[in-house]
Amino acid sequence: MIEINGLRRSFGPVLAVNDVSFDVKKGEVLGFLGPNGAGKSTVMKMLTCFLKPDSGTASVCGYDILKNPIEVRKSIGYLAENVALYSEMAVDDFLNFICDIRGLHGKARRLAIDRVISMCSIESVFHQTIETLSKGYRRRVGLAQSLIHDPDVLILDEPTDGLDPLQKHEVRELINSMSKDKSIIISTHILDEVDAVCDRVIIMAKGKIMANSTPAKLKEEHNGDMDSAFRTITTR
Amino acid sequence: MSSFQAVFKREFKSYFTTPVAYVFLVIFLFFSGYLTFKQGFFAIRQADMNTFFMNMPLLFVFLVPATAMRLWAEERRVGSIELLLTLPVTVTQAVLGKFCAAWLFIVIALALTFPMVITVCFLGDPDAGLIVTGYLGTVLMAGAFISIGCFFSAISKNQVISFVLSVVACAILVFAGMPTTLNYLSTFLPSGLVSAIGTMSLQTHFESIQKGLLEFKDFSYFILLIIGWIAASSIILEERKAN
Repeated sequence: MIEINGLRRSFGPVLAVNDVSFDVKKGEVLGFLGPNGAGKSTVMKMLTCFLKPDSGTASVCGYDILKNPIEVRKSIGYLAENVALYSEMAVDDFLNFICDIRGLHGKARRLAIDRVISMCSIESVFHQTIETLSKGYRRRVGLAQSLIHDPDVLILDEPTDGLDPLQKHEVRELINSMSKDKSIIISTHILDEVDAVCDRVIIMAKGKIMANSTPAKLKEEHNGDMDSAFRTITTR
Repeated sequence: MSSFQAVFKREFKSYFTTPVAYVFLVIFLFFSGYLTFKQGFFAIRQADMNTFFMNMPLLFVFLVPATAMRLWAEERRVGSIELLLTLPVTVTQAVLGKFCAAWLFIVIALALTFPMVITVCFLGDPDAGLIVTGYLGTVLMAGAFISIGCFFSAISKNQVISFVLSVVACAILVFAGMPTTLNYLSTFLPSGLVSAIGTMSLQTHFESIQKGLLEFKDFSYFILLIIGWIAASSIILEERKAN
């Protein structure tokens, strides 16, 4: 469902993403690992057509990110790293705005909103203004926003960042429950998470893919320890 | 609902969920009335809205950029632009949605000056056509100023910078056509150039619409101005949205 071919992007003199290629199939959860500044978020921003690549291309659900950005965005649910939502809006207004822009109306909209509210457990804050919410709730509203149109592809940039352990667990369960009929990419710094939800792992460092494997295999190669696997690979 | 409408609706509502709308309306309505009466509305002893409309360019030079400055600067500073432009909406749709929302807001502010119309009608028998063209010219001018504000809002994350730059740009367009400026320029510039500057000024076209002359050149001036600045905003945002 996602195919990435030789993506490259630089910011001034810094080469943020250097010739990255991989693909994600339907039903697969891909974990995106790497130290800060490795280029994970840049790859995600290019996939969601927010950033244009300098060279290379990618396609999502058969649509090219350069030729057909609107179709690509329709099929993607995206949770950005520092979910900046419209803070002056109430949660219900905000979700209605997302439905407007995603073209969900009437009964479909009611069903969609009900579904994401219970999925992300935001019933209690449904009528609150977003700026009054705690970080965890904001993140969950961001997650609700990305799930509202039941997308085929989910791109989540550190979805559990800022959540308490209980919420982290809930979000992982949520990802697991959706993984069957979607392609999901999540970036994370938490290595346990990779074990818990991902079928495959890509480790990036300095804009390049250093490893593309399964969690089990990585562990096997590094004496059962994800931590040491991550350290050896990223400092190589 | 199309993406344009969704952006438009959200933006328009956001004026009223924050104090922006109310502060703007109070200040605008106060000064539009105050300036009119202070400049001898009664002394002229004419039941028309000429004085009222003549003050509009000066008021709008400051007030319209204040409503337009947040359009993109805020979005970029907070980072919500990443949310907006990863939804299925093109940059042009988003720019137009925001522009139209701001424009409608100014139109509403203008509509709330209706007591002025009632006053004039009560005092005498004004020319309705002149009032209509006066409002029409003002609406077009507001559109031009918003498109300028929209552009400067798109080039900077800082609202103060975008405000100051758009005030300057709007002021240049207005003051280039003032008789004092033109007289001064004619002391050292050839007359052809001076009249060219005069016709490029917003003031000249505003006055001619406001006098009741509905000429193609005046309308096309405003329309071209709006389209040009809107297009420039889209291009600059497409380039710099992620910076």
